Amino acid sequence: MTSTTHREARITADPDVPLIRIEREFDFPRDKVFRAHTDPDLFVQWVGPRDLTMMIDHYDCRTGGSYRYIHSRDGEEYGFHGSFHEVRPDELIVQTFTFEGFPDGVALEKLVLEDLGNGRTRLTATSLCDSFADRDGMLASGMDVGVHEGYAKLDELLAEG
Amino acid sequence: MAADPLSRVFSALADPTRRDIVARLAVGDAGVNELAAPYDVTVQAVSRHLRVLEDAGLVSRSREAQRRPVHLEAEVFDLMTTWIERYRRQAEERYRRLDDVLRDMPDRPAPHPPAGDALPPEGPPS
Repeated sequence: MTSTTHREARITADPDVPLIRIEREFDFPRDKVFRAHTDPDLFVQWVGPRDLTMMIDHYDCRTGGSYRYIHSRDGEEYGFHGSFHEVRPDELIVQTFTFEGFPDGVALEKLVLEDLGNGRTRLTATSLCDSFADRDGMLASGMDVGVHEGYAKLDELLAEG
Repeated sequence: MAADPLSRVFSALADPTRRDIVARLAVGDAGVNELAAPYDVTVQAVSRHLRVLEDAGLVSRSREAQRRPVHLEAEVFDLMTTWIERYRRQAEERYRRLDDVLRDMPDRPAPHPPAGDALPPEGPPS
């Protein structure tokens, strides 16, 4: 199923490997989209969900660098950290991603930017998780919604069956 | 211990035979023998696949009828679709914020300290 709007984000949850892929097109050139990912002052403006406060601990987006940031809401803090494995200007960012609530879990994330011409860019972001359990937890939580709310609903549903 | 419910659903569907069984059940209920017919495996093997699907809440089997037809629990799929769509919508919202940032960005990067010295922001953007 693809969305009708020409450039709304599209998502794929792969059935064979624990992967989530998101594609989105932008009416802006590749170097800007890249910079909005590598410059912490820009990154902080868009990456966090609106109802959470985003604070960057450190953000060194270059090959061999690392990052850590914290989302907080009502006194609760959610930390995320990882390493940048490959950062190639305007093209590619390969990094790891760990939610500190599950410190043993790690996803391998790849951001690919393609120049579509006429100052437009296609972004493809993939997250390859450790296991289906991690991937599905990520999907179910929607990153910023309580996992338990989702699971409670499924539990109810399964209990009925 | 047992994996959480959603993981059971996804790992149950990670197997191509089980996906095929689910696809056929989407058309209508079927008995184990019917389901086993197209595969080059024993009825017991198909029963094992069905048990995995049943444990994941994807299918149910009627207790009453003699042939115990297998029934697809479609609501579980609706729930997964809902979660995936919600995740997609959150990504879309995030990228709309990125659109706004891109719109306001100067064409050239502003002078910036070396990445290693990047300062954390003073506080949340309001």
